[in-house]
Amino acid sequence: MSKLKKLSLYIAVFLAAFYIPIGNAKFQQALLESFYMLKEYAQEHVLFCLIPAFFIAGAIANFVSQNAVIKYFGSEAKKWVSYSVASVSGTILAVCSCTVLPLFAGIYKRGAGIGPATAFLYSGPAINVLAIILTARVLGWQLGLARAIGAVIFAVVIGVIMSIIFRKDDKERQKGSFALGEDDTDGRSGLQNIMYFATIVLILIFAAWAKPSSDTGFWMFIHNIKWPVTLVLLILLGLQLKSWFSKNEIKDWVDSTWDFAQQILPLLFAGVLVAGFLMGRPGTEAGIIPASWISNFVGGNSLLANFTASILGAFMYFATLTEIPILQGLMGLGMGKGPALALLLAGPALSLPNMLVIRSVMGTKKTLVFIGLVVVMATLSGFIYGTLVI
Amino acid sequence: MEKFEVFGSGCANCKKAENNIKEVIEELDLEAEVIKVEDMNEMAERGVMLTPAVALNGEMKVTGKVPDKEDIKGWL
Repeated sequence: MSKLKKLSLYIAVFLAAFYIPIGNAKFQQALLESFYMLKEYAQEHVLFCLIPAFFIAGAIANFVSQNAVIKYFGSEAKKWVSYSVASVSGTILAVCSCTVLPLFAGIYKRGAGIGPATAFLYSGPAINVLAIILTARVLGWQLGLARAIGAVIFAVVIGVIMSIIFRKDDKERQKGSFALGEDDTDGRSGLQNIMYFATIVLILIFAAWAKPSSDTGFWMFIHNIKWPVTLVLLILLGLQLKSWFSKNEIKDWVDSTWDFAQQILPLLFAGVLVAGFLMGRPGTEAGIIPASWISNFVGGNSLLANFTASILGAFMYFATLTEIPILQGLMGLGMGKGPALALLLAGPALSLPNMLVIRSVMGTKKTLVFIGLVVVMATLSGFIYGTLVI
Repeated sequence: MEKFEVFGSGCANCKKAENNIKEVIEELDLEAEVIKVEDMNEMAERGVMLTPAVALNGEMKVTGKVPDKEDIKGWL
């Protein structure tokens, strides 16, 4: 860092310390609120939701053959296969948001073309396994499900429209092949792999089972037996690991789980603090932003509210998963469910920085059309969802 | 002279791959250069879909995985 930069940093910190309105009651409340919200995440979501989810993401990164998926993006693959794979494969391929753009560029330049490439770009970040799990947990399963389904359906729609608009220059693109690493052959059968994944997913489901609203019935029964069942599943997982996996594989699994946690958790916690400070926990009005602002802009389910939410989502940058606490805060202040979905769909797919990268890959005109389509589709799906759930 | 190329958009895993390579170069006292490829278009030209990817003397050695030091030694 140059001296000048350091000096300006010092001055900025000094001015902040000098002028920060510590004595202001509203400011104190908001600050306190951000730590309440962090505490709520730590207590409610970390142990039984995020940690198992990180293990699942680590397992996907290690034990699912990504090369097997990528071959469906080649230029020889059948179109409808490419579209279907592109719209759902974000679950496996987009666990880390930095993998989305190289894949998009590769599919566009050497593979199945602009349709599947933009389909993947739209749905990938929205349906990665961590995002779906945490959305369902924090914002409710309806919104989690709507996010997954909305992302997949509209990915195909956007991809097909893009390929129709630009069908001419799709023909002139170069065709080529991908560099595929060697596939590690492992000692497990497909069935064993499925059983292993099913076991960790079930552990997540049972460990995170929420207390239902009524004290009787099937859901309460599950709630009562959740710990014994989780324990049995953990023992089962231990047995599977011992007999089907080599020591190195288990180490790789734990390593990549650790990597995900290390990359994502600090940013998520920072996002929770910011969301708490700005908007407060749901049900309180302790944040810095007044509730009336939010409900004026994105309350209810008007087309305008949905449109505002998609534009906001399209330009703002969200680090992986931070869209969730932000949205939780916004909904607590009266954001409608439709606009919430609109923001969830447009948010992770686009941001100002990644628009620039997309533009460098496919040019200004196509990028503008893509952004337009994302905003329109996110607005529409928010509007439809908002109408259905109310 | 060995030429390593590391493909990646600058995320944590790409840096890890680069560091592992540099450590191996130091350990074995190799004469080698490490080039970082961060441009998305060049990655696409070279057919790299999954990052981090590493090429040695122009030949793609690994994609979508951080190579550990043993892997890297094995290529040499």
